[in-house]
Amino acid sequence: MTDTIGMVFIGVGLAFDVLGCLGLVRLPDVYNRLQAATKCVTLGTCSILFGTFLMTGGFTTAGFKALIAIVFLVLTSPVAAHAVSRGAHRAGIPLWEGSVVDRYAEDKEGEE
Amino acid sequence: MKTLRWLAGTVVLLGLIALIILLPFRSIFFAENPTHISFVGRVIYILILASLMVLYRVLKGPTAADRIVAIDIFGILIVGLSAVLGIATGRSWYIDIGIAWGLQSFIGTLALAKYLEGRSLGD
Repeated sequence: MTDTIGMVFIGVGLAFDVLGCLGLVRLPDVYNRLQAATKCVTLGTCSILFGTFLMTGGFTTAGFKALIAIVFLVLTSPVAAHAVSRGAHRAGIPLWEGSVVDRYAEDKEGEE
Repeated sequence: MKTLRWLAGTVVLLGLIALIILLPFRSIFFAENPTHISFVGRVIYILILASLMVLYRVLKGPTAADRIVAIDIFGILIVGLSAVLGIATGRSWYIDIGIAWGLQSFIGTLALAKYLEGRSLGD
């Protein structure tokens, strides 16, 4: 029973992973790609790790390591995404022509 | 024309995933612990398919930020791959490889983002 629930978690995580990578291929812009790929792939990999936690028998050695990896991934992945998007904006990479709002540029104009 | 390209891409992607799921899986590796081996083998093939899509973005990407994002996503996918390998072989140190790879990928992404921003690492 626990194995079945773990397999369901791993399947959901795989679906999120493939959809996130599809977004990384298909979307038109750095910022759009970053948004789709980072959220989907982080959630999908966390789900795969939780399924690993269930399938390796709960609180064993491998299960604890999977939980630690979940906490680590949730803490670090948004930081990396934020740094990349800030760096891309400061490096002057243009937005897609269909974008409607750019709050960061407005904030920087207000400061100067 | 655009609809045709959409249809072709959807058919190719869903066909590859259905081929991976439906074909019978023969285990060549991991012969010592055969529990869940068919499930885990299919999971590994689908993760390799997703990694190939990420590598397309690394090769094609118009700007440097695209490549940095793709490498970051590739590292996160490898964390999941190593966790699944830990299920297949029943050895827990595969998850250690995943944790270490995630740490290196995080630090590398931060350093590359600083470089993209045009500042030095000491700031």
